[in-house]
Amino acid sequence: MSMSNYFVVGKSLQNSSIVNHVTGATQYIDSITFPGMLWIKAVRSPVPRGKIKKIDYSKAEKIPGVVKIITAKHVPNNYHVNLAGLGVGPPDEPVLPEDEVNYKGEAICLVVAKDEETAAKAANLVEVDIEELPPVLDMEEALKPGAPAIKKWGSNVFMFGGGMDGATPPSSPKRPYFLVKRGNVEQAFANAYEVVEGSYLIPPIEHAPLEPHICVAKPEPSGKLTIYTPTQAPYFVRDNVATILNIPASNIRVVSPHVGGAFGAKVDPEFEMQVAVAAMVVGRPVKWRWTREEEFTISTTRPAVKIELKDALSREGRILGRKAKLLHDAGAYARTSPYGVIKSTVNLSGPYNIENLRYEGYCVFTNRQPSSAMRGYGVFEVSYAVELHMERAARKLGIDSWEFRFINAYRNNQVTATGRPIDDAYLIEVMKEAAALAGVKLPPHLLQLSS
Amino acid sequence: MAKLRGRGIAAINYPTGMNLGGDPSQVVIVAQPDGRLVVNVASVELGQGIKTVLAQIASEITGVPVEDIEVRFGDTESAPHDTGTFASRSTHRMGNAVIKASEEIREIVLNTAAKMLEASPNDLEIREGRVWVKGVTDKSVEVKQVISQAQFTYNTPVVGKGFYVKPKSSVDPETGASDPHSTMAHGCTVAEVEVDTETGFVTVLKVYTVYEVGKAINPQLVESQIIGGIVMGMGAALTETVYPRYPVLDFQTTSFRDYVLPTAGDIPEIVAKIVESPTPTGPFGAKGVGEMVVNSIAPAIVNAVYDAIGVQITDLPITPEKVLKALKKSGR
Amino acid sequence: MMIRFYLDGQLVEVDVKPTDTLLKVLVDKLGLTSVHYGCGEGSCGACMVLVDDKLRYSCLTFAASVNDKKVTTVAGLLSDHELSPLQKKFVENNAAQCGYCTPGMVLVAKALLDKNPSPSDEEIFDALAGNLCRCTGYVPIVKAVKSAARR
Repeated sequence: MSMSNYFVVGKSLQNSSIVNHVTGATQYIDSITFPGMLWIKAVRSPVPRGKIKKIDYSKAEKIPGVVKIITAKHVPNNYHVNLAGLGVGPPDEPVLPEDEVNYKGEAICLVVAKDEETAAKAANLVEVDIEELPPVLDMEEALKPGAPAIKKWGSNVFMFGGGMDGATPPSSPKRPYFLVKRGNVEQAFANAYEVVEGSYLIPPIEHAPLEPHICVAKPEPSGKLTIYTPTQAPYFVRDNVATILNIPASNIRVVSPHVGGAFGAKVDPEFEMQVAVAAMVVGRPVKWRWTREEEFTISTTRPAVKIELKDALSREGRILGRKAKLLHDAGAYARTSPYGVIKSTVNLSGPYNIENLRYEGYCVFTNRQPSSAMRGYGVFEVSYAVELHMERAARKLGIDSWEFRFINAYRNNQVTATGRPIDDAYLIEVMKEAAALAGVKLPPHLLQLSS
Repeated sequence: MAKLRGRGIAAINYPTGMNLGGDPSQVVIVAQPDGRLVVNVASVELGQGIKTVLAQIASEITGVPVEDIEVRFGDTESAPHDTGTFASRSTHRMGNAVIKASEEIREIVLNTAAKMLEASPNDLEIREGRVWVKGVTDKSVEVKQVISQAQFTYNTPVVGKGFYVKPKSSVDPETGASDPHSTMAHGCTVAEVEVDTETGFVTVLKVYTVYEVGKAINPQLVESQIIGGIVMGMGAALTETVYPRYPVLDFQTTSFRDYVLPTAGDIPEIVAKIVESPTPTGPFGAKGVGEMVVNSIAPAIVNAVYDAIGVQITDLPITPEKVLKALKKSGR
Repeated sequence: MMIRFYLDGQLVEVDVKPTDTLLKVLVDKLGLTSVHYGCGEGSCGACMVLVDDKLRYSCLTFAASVNDKKVTTVAGLLSDHELSPLQKKFVENNAAQCGYCTPGMVLVAKALLDKNPSPSDEEIFDALAGNLCRCTGYVPIVKAVKSAARR
């Protein structure tokens, strides 16, 4: 199909929102306000891991303008996991903690007051007595036997299999990693001319949308709740808030007008859950505007991911087999991490044809703010590791970087790591275009290849 | 002390839609009395331009001019269910749903116009906002007028419904065998860098990048995603992390003063090209674009630094401190 | 305390606390959509306004200090509902995606071009250096400023 067959598809029409943007007319959530609206500030954990011994609200409650302090006891259904709708379990995260905190900055309780300053002042006066426990921060340490276990099931790792990962059948065996295997990887290594190993790390990265998290929740006289929030997924918020409030989802309306940047930061509904609970308890509209500091220290990040790759290579430069171990730092709670690990693990071949492989993806819990989706989720990390490894392998074999990729690029009618037939391969063509654009003269034997 | 130059490449693919599928999208298109259309979706406008893309798709099929199509979004009270705007899924998933809904509208338009023009629906074609009797130059009627008359002359509600899902794939627990994605998009990026061996500072001089997107419904919006993605990925490569001493918590960043984002003066010349290899699963062949464009630049930059200094740094971001350590190790 | 100032050409009177920032007053009290909270510490530029034609971070400006002054936001650049030439260049170059940084970007560009109608690339980069954008990669913004400049 050529472009000319279409009237408007394929044309660079002006973005329909842009005139409002350049005139300051776009309405973001921050400009939404209601008479009698209250504001929220959180009392946050000063330590990455600890037992809550006692919370003293007495000084905070005496501040004029403080309306309510919201704690775990106000949440009808406190423990949740936001991918429960996909079948992920068990619920591991409280809307507000009951007896323990698992990351620095975790909200212990919410102060609702007449304005932002009063809420902040009162939050500073809440006295929390916490018994600090040694935090788990390093993924390798977290996996060792005898490491302090931060999850209630007695370890620091998500169990895949058994149907609790949103992917495998309920009857399948459980194991501490998601497994992808194909062919005979040991044979491939036995036949290798060269073996190349590498370990690559992506650290936690902040989405940093210019608009921080902000939400207004307004109980309606009809008994319904309207939530104004710049979410990427209104129905995902609606269903998750309904779960923790234990009310029908149809009683909740979620409105997400223009979002001031997201990149994955505004997928997880945990923030909206907290605002919704506060609104339901006080029966008045409430607003919460995160500071930039909260955005950095509390909001999700891209997960830290460490990927170990080991390739068996032939003398001609073919990847005969690959072993991979991926450690994904979920932070304190599951959020979308079990999903992210599966997405990473199935993509560990990159755009290359590898017939013998064994990939293990671990979802590891640590005492830092939960990580979750960020632009390129699951594959950003894999593309990084695989492309560094391709460079390392090409140099070890003394083969040109372009040639090594052309030799191994997947083609149509081959299959992916998960056995899916490939029918839309186009890497070879794209590499030829990129080389031409960069003024790289590829040799004729590469130019004649196609997918 | 010297300034060393290097060139690095990275080749990638990226899946469209949620892994394993099972992520449905629904849309309802409703006519206004004057023949304009309102597309009701729970997709969200994040700046990527989904409103514009969905209007283009609806216009292409219904024949209603794109400026007469309003996309209302992000409200669970007016829009049917959608899984969400993430996983490079909205153009593909919601785009497919909009095609189906638009086809229902198109059928009503053709049947109604057939009555108005006293012709068979099969003899009609839609172009330039009008319904024409094929081969007859003076027999046509405006699509909007047809939609209006369908409602008020022929007593027909003009509503289009669309649904799309890639059915959720099963997973073999012993091998991971599954059908996780709808289609793969592709990219290849070449980065040219200069490394200052005295300071360890890496400057990205020029970026050449090609992305295969299936079909660019709106090339300017795709190019905007590419440039924005390259710059975001450049930040990840060179400066960005919340925990500079990961895994320990010390020096956790708390503001834009210690978490350094690229600014206008940091941007190299970016030469971008879009290529198209339409997928049968996508609307007009389109694949997901928004995420892929951030994935290829970081490895290209790190490979370019490897080329320049002869040492491969493996941990992001490649700060001057890491570059200097690597240089020391290599004795250069 | 009551203060009065001209906001985008209209005289407004508002009761403020001595500690209120201009940003807080514009957003929370006056409901403006054309200034945005981004960081609260002058690091991102999403809250920028012109006070008597000088660029100011409204998050770092006390509201009381603008008494009797002229405060201009990006909404004030319209004349008779027509976009200014600079705003038109932002539209033509698709120099906004999510739009949250856009008011600040446009005002910085305006302040630059008012002072220096033919800036060099370096002068444009310097002017934009205090304004963050996470969507566009800056390239279309720089293009918009260049195309609005007198060359």
